[in-house]
Parts: sequence; C-alpha cells; structure tokens
Amino acid sequence: MTARDIDTPIRAGSAWKPFLRSNGGIVALVVIVLFNAMFTPNFLQAQTLFVNISQVATIAIVAMGMTLVIATGGIDLSVGAVMALSGALAPLIFLSDWAQGSPTLGLIAAIALPMLAALVCGLFNGIMVSILRVQPIIATLILFISGRGIAQVLTNGNLQTFTHAQFSYLGTGRVLGLPFQGWLALAIAVVLFLVMTRTAFGRYVLAVGGNERAAALSGGPVRRVKVGVYVICAGLSGLAGLIVVAINSASDAARNGQLMELDAIAAAVVGGALLQGGKAPIFGAILGAVIIQLVKYTLLANGVEDEVALIAKAFIILAAVYVQQARKE
Amino acid sequence: MNQDAFDLRRFVVGNPQSVAVWVALIALMIFGALRYDNFAGAYNIGSFLNYNSMFIVIAVGMCFVIMTGGIDLSVGSVAAFTSVVAAYLSPLGIQVALPLAVLAGVAFGAFNAVCIIALRIPPFIATLATMLGAKGGALVISGASTIAVDWGSNFTNMGMNKAFGLVPWTIIVVAVVVVVFWVVLEKTSLGRTVLAIGGSEDAATLMGLPVNRAKAFVYMLSGGCAGLAGVILASGFGAGQPLEGIGWELSAIASVVVGGTLLTGGLGSVPATVAGALLLGLVFNILNFENGRGTISFSAYWQMVIRGGFLFAVILFQSRVMARSAVKGTSA
Repeated sequence: MTARDIDTPIRAGSAWKPFLRSNGGIVALVVIVLFNAMFTPNFLQAQTLFVNISQVATIAIVAMGMTLVIATGGIDLSVGAVMALSGALAPLIFLSDWAQGSPTLGLIAAIALPMLAALVCGLFNGIMVSILRVQPIIATLILFISGRGIAQVLTNGNLQTFTHAQFSYLGTGRVLGLPFQGWLALAIAVVLFLVMTRTAFGRYVLAVGGNERAAALSGGPVRRVKVGVYVICAGLSGLAGLIVVAINSASDAARNGQLMELDAIAAAVVGGALLQGGKAPIFGAILGAVIIQLVKYTLLANGVEDEVALIAKAFIILAAVYVQQARKE
Repeated sequence: MNQDAFDLRRFVVGNPQSVAVWVALIALMIFGALRYDNFAGAYNIGSFLNYNSMFIVIAVGMCFVIMTGGIDLSVGSVAAFTSVVAAYLSPLGIQVALPLAVLAGVAFGAFNAVCIIALRIPPFIATLATMLGAKGGALVISGASTIAVDWGSNFTNMGMNKAFGLVPWTIIVVAVVVVVFWVVLEKTSLGRTVLAIGGSEDAATLMGLPVNRAKAFVYMLSGGCAGLAGVILASGFGAGQPLEGIGWELSAIASVVVGGTLLTGGLGSVPATVAGALLLGLVFNILNFENGRGTISFSAYWQMVIRGGFLFAVILFQSRVMARSAVKGTSA
C-alpha cells in the first residue's frame, strides 16, 4: 500500500485511474446522458423523464435495501420474489368481497398485509443468516425460488387485472408534476441516510460489515442488526412490488420483480457499495439505479432486443464489481 | 483422519453427515414400493432415472464447485443454452452434437473461472452474470423459441432409446461421468487439491498446491456438466429449450447440501451428492403418485415452493449437525 502511495504521483499519466475509480458512477451517468442526448430520438423531453423516473423508483427503492444488506457483508437474492409475493397479495385483498364492502379498510389492508408478508420474509432471511448462520446467498436462495412459487400458488398463476384509482396512485400519481414513487424513493433515501449517519443502528450496520467479530466482541447487537437489515430490505422490496402492480394495473406473479435482484445488486455496487461490507452509500444506490435504468432505456430506445440487453447487463455487473475489487486492493 | 488408508465406508457412503441421505433415500424407496403398485416397476424406475439424470450430472459438477467454497448459479441457463446448441447440431449426429455442446458448456465455465480467478470477482456475482448472459445468449441464438431436433439422425437415440434394449443410454452416460469424477475426487491429486482449497484456500496456496488450476477445473467441470445436461434435455425431449433451466441451480445446490457436502467447502462426496439428487427427485416422484391417487392435488406452481421448502429443511438439518459436531469437537 505504501509503495503504491509513493508510486502514484510519479506515474502522473495514470492519474485518471484513481479519479475514475472514485467517481466512476458520475462519469458513467454523464457519458450515458450525453450519448442519449446525441443519438436517442426524443430523449430530452418531459415524457422521457417521467417514464424513467417511474421506472427507476422501484429499482432505487430495492437497491437501497440491498445496500444496507450488502453493508453488513450479506446479500439478498429474494427481493424479486418478495416483490412478486406482495404484488400478488394486494389485488387478492382489494378485489375480495370483503374489501368491496368496505373500500377504505380494504385499501389499508391491501397495502398493510402485503407489506407485513414482505417483512415476514425479511425476518425469515434474517433469522436464517444471523441465528442459523447460513450463508446469505443460500439462505435467500430459498425464498428466491419458493417466494415466487407461493405467489403463483396464491393466484393460481393467473394475471390479475384491476381498476382501482386509489391504489394505482402508488404507481401513477403525480406530486408537483413528477411521479409519486419518485418522491417516495427520495423520502426513503433521506430517512435511510439519517438512520445510517445519526443512529446507533446505522453505526452498527457498518461495524458488522467492517469486522463482524470485532463488532460482536465490543458488545454490539450483531444478530439484531443483521435481522434488521434483511427486514428493511424485504419491506422495501414489498413496497416496490406494490408500486409495480400499481403502475401496470395488473399483477403477474411470474414476471413481477423478475431479475430485480440483479438490478438491485448492480445498482448498489455501481453506487459504491463494497460486497465485503462496511459501506452503505444510500444516495449512491439511487445513482446506481438511475444508471441501470438509463442503460436499459438506451438499449430499448435504440432498438436493441431484450435478450441482448440481458447480456449487456451481465457485463455491466461484472465491470462494476471488478472496478470495486480493484479499488479495495 | 488417516487419509492414506483406504476407507471403504467413507469412499462409498461419504462423510458422517451423508449417512442421513442414504437412510432417507432407502426409507422413501421402501415407502413408495409398499404404497404404490407401479412404483417399483421398470417403467417408473427407467423414466425416473432418465429424467433425473440431468439433475444428477449438474449436481456432481456443483458438488466440486461447492467443495472449493464457491458456487455456480449459471448451470440452469448454460444447460438451456447448450440444449439449443445441441438441437442445431443434431443433424450431424450425437457424436458431433454431444462433444460440441459440452464444449460450449465448458466455455461458459472457463469464462466463470477467468472472472473468479483472474479478475477476482466473487463466485456468486460472476456466475449470476453468466446466468444472465447464457440466458440472453440462448434466447438470441434460438430466436426465443424452442428448436426442434433432427429426428432423422441418431441424436435422439441417447435420450429415448435403451442400450441393448435394457438401460437407457442417458443413464449409462451419466453413470460413466459420475464414476469418473468420483475417482478423480477420491484418487487424484487434483481431487485432493479441490478439497484442500475448500478447507483453507490460503493454506492450500502456501503448501504450493495448484490452487488456481484446481479452481479453473471445477468451474469448467460444472459448465461441462451443465452442457451435458443440455444435451440430455434436447435428446430426451426432442427440442432445444432456451427457457428451461430455471431453478436448476437450486435443485443442484440442494442435492449437494443434502448429500452432506458443507457449503463452506472442504468436505464432500460424489455418491452422496447423487443420493441427494435422487432423494430430491424421489420426493417429486412420490408427490406425483399421491396426486394420481387423489390424496392431494398440487398444481405445477407447488414445485417451486416444495423445492424451496426442501432446501430449507436440508439446511436446517445441516446446521444442527454442524452445531452438534462443533460441540463434540470442543469437548474432545
């Protein structure tokens, strides 16, 4: 390390490397926006902004939860399945006879119960990881596969369509002219930022990720903190699932949140989260989500097929993690 | 433990943790044979082994990866990709389609290995990206539709015909693969290096073992096994299927874990992994029989839930065994 510190100023030609490593996200964003401004038709229009904000909000919300989990050195593969589960539950509840009879209570239940189910999923993940000491990848793999299965069993695999003005506000509402879920994501970011910087919980999240043994030996509530981050992550995923269903006015358990774990991990890592833990850049996760969404949009708007976009995404994830690894060393 | 002496019990049964899988497998087989009329019939056994041979071969590859402390999430997508490759090559016959499709799988494994060893990307991220890339690749080369194989060539012989009218060819191929890599693990320095890496990668490096070579081997083996599973899929069902393979990695991981291989690596057994894959398949086989009797009625969507539940039960069991043996270790 010292040798490299001394080396760096001499090799002034490679000064762009450290700059790119610490500001890679912003540089990538600027490049993508410039590229689109030049080549993508109709990019600089209000409609494009709306579409992108309403899409990016769900990725950002999940990515923030993922950032907290990654900060403890964990990972949550079940976020997409949890989205499918909460998204499948909501229409089941507000389309039921009981909810038709008492619409207000029905709406509250249609938001509260799916969120509760999501939190239970998070509790399950958290207990598996912190108390049973199962590796996070394996522990969350269980719900990754069976969570979506439960959602499909509940809906019998059917697409549930609906018209419900109040519920759809989650996905189509506007506040000050911009999509409601964009504001929601921003509010969540501010709250999480305060939690991470101002509360003991936030400090312990970073401490657990930095050195779990040290955190435990110094009397930190390691188990509770780890359960906490998985519960928060699952709760945010549940919320994102509701938003996706509200945007589409339809719930498809097979597709809701599919591959979201990849988007969320990629957004968190692009935003500066270290997979080893110890860092929780909340606003970085939003930046990462914006980049992921813009890459998707750029490919789609320029007529690249969905399947090729998958491959592109794979390489973005590899590149982002590779740059992260290099920064660590 | 004395590694030099040949320990037949360990060689066949596996680790102390593996005993449970054999007991469960035999108990379930006896239960099935007593409860259902056609359970022990040649047809059920043949089709059961034929169908599960894909999962067995993938689980064996996964077993090697997990023994090094890694993971390979790309196996399902790679199998889907190679099933399409095999379907395209089927007019040239099995002797061309099989090796080239397996080679395609090995190439994906080599890509994983480069990402993990040279670029030092964590295994689950690297293989998750490959999962995505292989899925995208399968959809691109197939135009997102199933590719019918050439029925005129000998390609479907492997999946649908029996050797000497007795044993399906698929089962013979898979049995050979299983035995070869069983011996590789137990009897070669490469196999011992794989286990040493899982025990402690740093220690293995310091001892001068070819750590990187062994790690490259396991990911390429896992890719090749997934490639073979893709050939079996195309040959047995008459089509390359780009959308197949979802959740296969989970089945494979569950089979490996239920076979007593520790997820942290350093310990593992090929036959116990095969037993794990058979046990998982048997659970579904028996559920099908129960469905047939009308005792229960499960839609296809339950498969995913049951698979997850099975993995959960296995992990729960393993963590209890681990806790118990840890206590024993400290008291001794």
